[in-house]
Amino acid sequence: MNAARAPHDDANGGLTRRFTLSRAREQVIQFALLLCALVSIVTTVGIIFALVSESVVEMSGSGKAFFQEVSAVEFFTETEWSPNFAGAQQHFGILPLLVGTFMVAGVAAMFGLPIGILSAVYLSEYASPRVRSIIKPVLELLAGVPSVVYGYFALIFITPYVLEPIFEDVFGMEVEVFNVLSAGIVVGIMTLPTVCSMSEDALRAVPRSLREAGYALGSTKFDVSVKVVLPAAISGIVASFLLAVSRAVGETMAVAMAAGNTPSTAVSLLKGHQTMTGFIAQMSMGETPQGTIEYKSLYAVGLSLFVITLVMNIVSQQVMRRFREVYQ
Amino acid sequence: MSAPSPVQTTQLLGRGKREGRIFQVLCWMSTWSSVAILLILLIGVAYQARGWLDWEFLTSFDSRRFPDKAGILAGLWGSAWTILFTILFSVPIGIASALYLEEFARDGWLKRTIQINIANLAGVPSIVFGMLGLTAFVYMFGLFGAQGTFQVNQLSFLGLTIPLPLGRCVVAAALTLTLMILPVIIVASQEALRAVPPSLRHASLALGATKWQTVSRQVLPAATPGIATGVILAVSRAVGEAAPLILVGATTFVLYAPGNIAAPSDIVENPQGLLEAPFDSFTVMPIQIFNWAQQSKPEYRQHVAAAGIVVLLAVLLLLNAVAIIIRYRSQKRLNY
Repeated sequence: MNAARAPHDDANGGLTRRFTLSRAREQVIQFALLLCALVSIVTTVGIIFALVSESVVEMSGSGKAFFQEVSAVEFFTETEWSPNFAGAQQHFGILPLLVGTFMVAGVAAMFGLPIGILSAVYLSEYASPRVRSIIKPVLELLAGVPSVVYGYFALIFITPYVLEPIFEDVFGMEVEVFNVLSAGIVVGIMTLPTVCSMSEDALRAVPRSLREAGYALGSTKFDVSVKVVLPAAISGIVASFLLAVSRAVGETMAVAMAAGNTPSTAVSLLKGHQTMTGFIAQMSMGETPQGTIEYKSLYAVGLSLFVITLVMNIVSQQVMRRFREVYQ
Repeated sequence: MSAPSPVQTTQLLGRGKREGRIFQVLCWMSTWSSVAILLILLIGVAYQARGWLDWEFLTSFDSRRFPDKAGILAGLWGSAWTILFTILFSVPIGIASALYLEEFARDGWLKRTIQINIANLAGVPSIVFGMLGLTAFVYMFGLFGAQGTFQVNQLSFLGLTIPLPLGRCVVAAALTLTLMILPVIIVASQEALRAVPPSLRHASLALGATKWQTVSRQVLPAATPGIATGVILAVSRAVGEAAPLILVGATTFVLYAPGNIAAPSDIVENPQGLLEAPFDSFTVMPIQIFNWAQQSKPEYRQHVAAAGIVVLLAVLLLLNAVAIIIRYRSQKRLNY
């Protein structure tokens, strides 16, 4: 609700509108504020224009767009990604990058989701206010740590001190310096605060009466938490899951540092894989000249990334909205 | 269905209890694991940085060959300039947008569209903002320069020379970061404005104040602590962000500070540098850390990078401490 509306806004009964300086000033200010609010719309239009103009339709006068030189069929079905090679060796199939991206996101989800959801259950059902007052700031701190720091953590700690002892010494498998598993684990840690706080909000929104009904039927705390509260909050938890995966897909620095730069369709967690964001970061580090097909491939990958994350975010919001309707 | 015998009931209850116990322990472990992860991360980084983080590290530029001579000075100044301009651009636009949406806009398609748009922008990956920045600010859609629509290379007034297109400079980076953190600032400011009780507005309007007088003299001051907290959190996100800046052209190896101002005393000696700095090339702390972590020499990869991380985290902690102090003081002063 928009509270407090100025009296002259809906004053038409008997009062005549006079032109005064202060009234004109009000109008000018309101218009200026509107312009600022429109910046966000312009941003969205700008993003779509920038991505589309280099990849789909030629608009900014810098030669043919990406998909006018490389067919969409090749882009989506070819299984090789080698923009830096010349001539016949140059392939633009986004599949390897998609495989890398979703492997990292999958590991992140498998690592971050169970911990996030169990933490949320603990915080909403079991924890004392004192424990909450410790955990909440810790989660905020985890969320505030920059992603380069997580990349460093994956490279310097997780791979040599966690993965190598487990996989090389126990199972005798080779762990590469850059590997999907370490990148996925740190991205999982990065998404943990989001999953935890969103799921906790969903769990706390479940009405008390539902829990009390459970207890009245003789259920234990475990039964109430797992069989009553969790199912009732499931849409909020699913929304948090989707948002977390979308974040993991768009995460750049940690992945660019830890997951390596080898585009490949082989599903192997202990080897390096390039992701979509990793490719964009690596490619733009090398000062690719504007107008070349390699430069435009950046925008084609960027557009794919934008569409994937946008769809996931919108689905997440829709799921969230449905969950709100249940109890309000 | 026959009722369970007393023995069966006790067994069932026992199993239920055990299940509950195990579940609770699992939840407990997950919750505290985040504390453990944070501690391991902080202690590990501090351990790797010890002996490498000294005054020299803070006051010298990078070095390609000698890890013990490498420093973060270029990143510190670059980050400072970038963040200064990011704040200058994002705070007025962010607060103005929030004011429009909360205080002026009528409920209708326009408000709804802007609101949905902001929610979706908040979910766009930061690197996509980098691509927008590259096209819109660094190259300016190819409108200027040799083959562009406008054959202008620069714009000068009052001794300030603005290159066109902007190129890879501090201002282009700040504009990119501005667009990235705007949704966060707008949402936080909207929440702060919503927390101001309507009675305050009613009282002001009843005394004959105009809409803008009410908003600027009553509502905005009351919402300032909340807005400031949100702004600081958004800015600390910009401080740690590297992905969009890789695209907008923060260079990994830089041996100068923007405008050649590498110490506060340089501002006095070289005031012209203040005008040049916004359009100079630059690097920022996260990019330097990223660069060090990728070097082949283990001293760079492990220790110099760790020292850089400690500096970056210290800056972020400082910013967050300011946010906490503002929140605490406003809670004591204002009570509705």
